[in-house]
Amino acid sequence: MLKTSTTDVVPEKKVEANSDRKFKLTAKDKYYASIFVGPSLFLLGLFVFYPMFRTLYISLFLTNSFGNTTLFVGLDNYVKLISSPDFVASMWVTVVYVVGVTFFTIAMGLLLANLASQKLPGIAIFRTLYSVTMGVSVSVAAIFWLFIFNPSAGFFTLLTKMLHLPTVNWLTSPTNAMWAIIITTVWMHLGFVFLVFLGAIESVPTTLYEAADVEGVSSRYQFFHITLPMISPTLFFVSTITIIGSFKSFGLIDLITKGGPTNATNMLVYRIYNDAFFGGNYAKSSAEAIILAIIIAFFTYLQFKFLEKKVNY
Amino acid sequence: MANIDETAILKRIFSYFLLIFLAVVILAPFFIGIWTSFLPTADILKGNFFSTNVSLNNYFDAFTQTPILRYLGNTVVISIITMFAHLIFCSMSAYAFVFLDFKYKKVFFALFMVTMMLPSEAAIIPNFQTVKALGLLDHYSAMIVPSLTSAFGTFMLRQSFMQTPMELKEAADIEGLNHFQIYWNVVLPYNRISLITLGAYSFLGAWNQYLWPILVTFSNNSRVIQNGLKQLQSEETFNNWGMIQASAAIIVIPTIIVLFIGQHYFKSGMNEGAVK
Repeated sequence: MLKTSTTDVVPEKKVEANSDRKFKLTAKDKYYASIFVGPSLFLLGLFVFYPMFRTLYISLFLTNSFGNTTLFVGLDNYVKLISSPDFVASMWVTVVYVVGVTFFTIAMGLLLANLASQKLPGIAIFRTLYSVTMGVSVSVAAIFWLFIFNPSAGFFTLLTKMLHLPTVNWLTSPTNAMWAIIITTVWMHLGFVFLVFLGAIESVPTTLYEAADVEGVSSRYQFFHITLPMISPTLFFVSTITIIGSFKSFGLIDLITKGGPTNATNMLVYRIYNDAFFGGNYAKSSAEAIILAIIIAFFTYLQFKFLEKKVNY
Repeated sequence: MANIDETAILKRIFSYFLLIFLAVVILAPFFIGIWTSFLPTADILKGNFFSTNVSLNNYFDAFTQTPILRYLGNTVVISIITMFAHLIFCSMSAYAFVFLDFKYKKVFFALFMVTMMLPSEAAIIPNFQTVKALGLLDHYSAMIVPSLTSAFGTFMLRQSFMQTPMELKEAADIEGLNHFQIYWNVVLPYNRISLITLGAYSFLGAWNQYLWPILVTFSNNSRVIQNGLKQLQSEETFNNWGMIQASAAIIVIPTIIVLFIGQHYFKSGMNEGAVK
């Protein structure tokens, strides 16, 4: 990946010393810096930093229906949230969803990548087919699966009728609705995760497997004792982005269950959206948004830390 | 010897069986969706899944009776503008972090990193108020302006720019090029692969936006395709499954074709993103 030119004859140290001498703070550099980094800094300030502080600020007040702050209440909004069974249930539902999605996405992704990394004739076709869901956006995934789950005309209903099995109410039972959302999410993410895992597995030195083959080690043992440890940085990367992505899940819920039935899939972001833009309770919604931000910041921070260290084993 | 061959063959058959089975499971939603898009809705509702009344009527209806083309057009314009904005603004800030020295550089860079940790979903209330105050509601710009730049894009390009050989920079200095010329004529061309990768990410990111557009668009003039399908579904067309499936197929088929053509490229870009 690194593009070191073949004409590179200058020793690295000398280059660094040179660049040190050149990179002196000059008035000109300052002028260039403000032009180069200014626009991005301004935009991030206006649309990321300001709103985050503003959200934090609102979450410490009561608000009227226009979203204006009225009365300072300190951490009251947070206390109310944590002691409200409704919110706790919502957090619980979110965690169940995140754990379910992360587990099944990784398990399926690893299974597919391991299968598709075999050297078999025609394997390229399967690699393409497995990565196909990468081209699927939220709304398309939701529509395909809504039809499959549809209670009257849906594919699963048809299937159970043909096989004379009892019909499953996918979207009207709380547990099944959660499964429906998890299945759809996993399906949608699978193509991407499969490709990332496949790339990682292919970069494991083949000599390791050859040595194991000579020793007569079973392929399952090879998977757990060579492949998994060798791709652990990728495993970590995929876990954190899947966790972060599923905490922020909104589109599929909005399209498939609308948080229902009886709040069984009413997850954090859906709650933030509903409380603010339908309930008009901006203070409550802001407190929820801050809780979301803390969770996401934590997992992103973990990811940065580990990427820095490039974990192995 | 023969015994070993036999187990090897059995193993291979089992592998293919598993590969095909999983491919069928993964592709089933596509097959079901695309197959039903050719069937009359009446047949679908009756559960007559193996109907022989196959036609393109649903596609014709989707194009003539719904604003799906308008939604697609809106989304293409918004995604392309967002992509170019990211390429310009992210590469400029990345250039500053790699090739310029200025006061508080470390602090500013830390700010960019912190930005990557904050979810945009948590900022929707003030951002909605900002966009409203700017009078951008229900315009393309409501979706473009807040995402003109990206901290992730800046970070990614910075990692790539740092690999630019110093000799190139020195040669440019000797030539007497200023920073704009070095940026445009040396650094951008040298890092074009990373720029293409970022472009693809940014385009897809904008294409897949769902929550923000739903807040700031109210009419078909600016509605994007992700929200458009919801709109179709919630309107009188709710039970017209044939047409809804046709709309989904219209949206997914172009991206699948692009994916098949660019598969190799996407894969390498993905790995680069994962490693960096």
